[in-house]
Amino acid sequence: MLIAKNITKKFSGVTALNNICLELHPGKVNAIIGENGAGKSTLMKIFSGVHTQYEGDIIYNGNKVQFASTKDAEEAGIAIIHQELNLVPHLSITENIFLGREITNAFGILNKKNMCEQTKLLLKKVNLNLHPDTLIYKLKVGQQQLVEIAKALHTNAEVIIMDEPTSAITDKEVDNLFAIIDELTANNKTIAYISHKLNELFQKADRYTVLRDGATIGAGEMKDITHDELVEKMAGRKIMIERNTMNAASNEPLLQLKNICLQNPENSGDNVVHNVSLTLHKGEVIGVYGLMGAGRTELMETIFGLHPSLSSGELYMESKSKKFKSPADAIKAGIMLIPEDRKSQGLCLDLTVRDNICITVLDKLQQWDIFLNKRKETALSKAYIQQLSIKTASQETQVRNLSGGNQQKIVLAKWLAKTPKVLLLDEPTRGIDVGAKSEIYKLIKEMAAKGLGVIVVSSEIPEILALANRVLVMCEGKLTADMPVAEATESNMLTYALHRN
Amino acid sequence: MLAISSSYSLNTQRLKRFQSLIALLLLCVILTVLSDKFFSSENGLNVLRQTAVNICIATGMTLVILTGGIDLSVGSILALCGAATAGLLKNGMVLPSLDIFIGFTVLGAILAAMLIGWLIGLFNGFVITKFNVPPFVATLAMLTIARGFTMLYTQGQPISNLGQQFVYIGAGSFLGIPVPVWIAALVVLIAAFITQKTKLGRYIYAIGGNETAAKFSGINVSKVKMVVYAMAGAMAAIGGIIVTSRLDSAQPNAGISYELDAIAAVVIGGTSLSGGRGTVWGTVMGAIIIGVLNNGLVLLNVSPFWQQVVKGAVILLAVIIDKLGDKKE
Repeated sequence: MLIAKNITKKFSGVTALNNICLELHPGKVNAIIGENGAGKSTLMKIFSGVHTQYEGDIIYNGNKVQFASTKDAEEAGIAIIHQELNLVPHLSITENIFLGREITNAFGILNKKNMCEQTKLLLKKVNLNLHPDTLIYKLKVGQQQLVEIAKALHTNAEVIIMDEPTSAITDKEVDNLFAIIDELTANNKTIAYISHKLNELFQKADRYTVLRDGATIGAGEMKDITHDELVEKMAGRKIMIERNTMNAASNEPLLQLKNICLQNPENSGDNVVHNVSLTLHKGEVIGVYGLMGAGRTELMETIFGLHPSLSSGELYMESKSKKFKSPADAIKAGIMLIPEDRKSQGLCLDLTVRDNICITVLDKLQQWDIFLNKRKETALSKAYIQQLSIKTASQETQVRNLSGGNQQKIVLAKWLAKTPKVLLLDEPTRGIDVGAKSEIYKLIKEMAAKGLGVIVVSSEIPEILALANRVLVMCEGKLTADMPVAEATESNMLTYALHRN
Repeated sequence: MLAISSSYSLNTQRLKRFQSLIALLLLCVILTVLSDKFFSSENGLNVLRQTAVNICIATGMTLVILTGGIDLSVGSILALCGAATAGLLKNGMVLPSLDIFIGFTVLGAILAAMLIGWLIGLFNGFVITKFNVPPFVATLAMLTIARGFTMLYTQGQPISNLGQQFVYIGAGSFLGIPVPVWIAALVVLIAAFITQKTKLGRYIYAIGGNETAAKFSGINVSKVKMVVYAMAGAMAAIGGIIVTSRLDSAQPNAGISYELDAIAAVVIGGTSLSGGRGTVWGTVMGAIIIGVLNNGLVLLNVSPFWQQVVKGAVILLAVIIDKLGDKKE
């Protein structure tokens, strides 16, 4: 059993963890729940030897331990699967799994065959149907995560900490993961499971611990608590997600796609997006559901002008034919994309809140077309910080220091500032807490009410049902369903997502 | 937590800005104690005069490094543009096929040289963005190419005796301050203005901080990069003009390894080699630290061989201190 006893952790005088207590029981799935900023990540970093300075005790199997490094923790049998994946992009799956633990012969030469065989077995365990020599950068986020899990399996860790393991993977992959977790707990391993998806926790977790503002709010058996009670403990307020019942505001077409195709860059005979046609009306929210690899992200990227040389088909914006050669062209036409990965695609983490918000509209913030007018910049970002209730110490704060939900709001703000006509949102609430999530939902609906056309790509069915007027489902690059939200159900969406010819 | 963490990062940033200034002052105090010749306005101006060229080049280098790139060709561009200024001034330009001769005034020759520097830099940027060649490789190639053209143009011989008027640029003084120092100050001011106050500057930081996010934000990344390399080229050309004027002679071997001094100044000034973080002011401090160090070591009669060792050690030290300051927790 791994126990945290009265842990207090301060960052340059600020208390991140305040006298926190936590027990992780072996053979159980221990859910750790809390909004972003509650202290989950900090605590996990102490368990895994990232933070070495703290007050209080870590007791592991009855002995007090103090890890001096991540390697220390790893050798003690604690593995962590981070939300931000830690793989080397240009090494293969095998090389990543065996990184630092390479198998060599007596002369120090790598035994590739052996490692490759072991990797094959591990990949089989996580149901990842890829060759062990595949380079990591060619993998989608979801697949990379499975590699991380395989890596943890390989180290024979006793305690496996999973930080938002299902935030980027499809339901099918979630089933995979749960099967793996069952096997691990059956072998008396300890699972610490951090997630915002409460349904999942009720399905999988045995115990819960709720953290809020760096303190332990409650702990117990999962079966003794209800969904609403848990949410209330997390947020201190009630949040409901309801199905969208509104119809689109108009029949006026905004964006029309005809037979949009996108070639697979690695195999020109293959299409990642195949003959997709759709019409987005003013004030309409279209939800696009699909499993990993269905081509949803690629479709958004194609519309946004990111693949001009590989794509074909016709695109009409307000009935005018358009051909986008770059995102700049798409933006000029009023189409904006909020990308899947806010940290690597959406934000400049080292720049300030203000600089990130203003980056798309610097043209409008200039004095005599020469230099930037700081007053205008400040006024603009102030307006959006208020409108989206972005929690930040100041406009000068580096975006790096904000929570995921607030970062995502900044990405939204920077595009709202540009007054889009069509907003493409790719996994807009991935890895952000319930409170920020419902705020973002509210915003999206408000924008649609003002006549904006919105396309939301999501792997979470409830999210699509909450937001969309119309639901599209994609499978293997093709559209397999297009229906009003009233007709959409969890089961028929999944059926279409699994649709095969 | 948010409030403190941000003010914490602000404080370290502020500290970092002063870090190189403090180092510089410390260095000056030590040298004043060790040598009675160091602390005088005459020696101070001398250091600045000698540093001016590196400041010009390093300022351009800062812009490039802020985008996450590097420019190894600036030393060669300096030589080629210096030679071009001298050659145009002395011999003009002859187009034999058209039977045309164009003579150049001092200003004309200077502008022509700056244009050449700009175009070479633009070419660097074009190769880097259009063909996705890593900046290190593209500018390494240009280092050789531009040096080769310098040799071809000068036939390996210095071009000397360029006239009183031209020599004023490198050797003259205005209001008691050497003209090269005025020029360097102007270059720095322009670059500081661009980086801190303009759209282009913001884009430079954005691209260095996260190129993908910049592209997704609709920024024309290629265009910004090309402009930045072109500016680095033009600033190297300005350095070349100063060097040529100071010597009253364009040397075909001028500027060899100047790119390294420039990179050192940028690094000592606290600019991150991975881009997105740093300032032109830091680079100026870095260049002056190197200049003071050179000057001090000469005054202390340290052998030139040891001077190199000390200079390298200081660069290392500066980066290590910088890294220590970065450590969180």
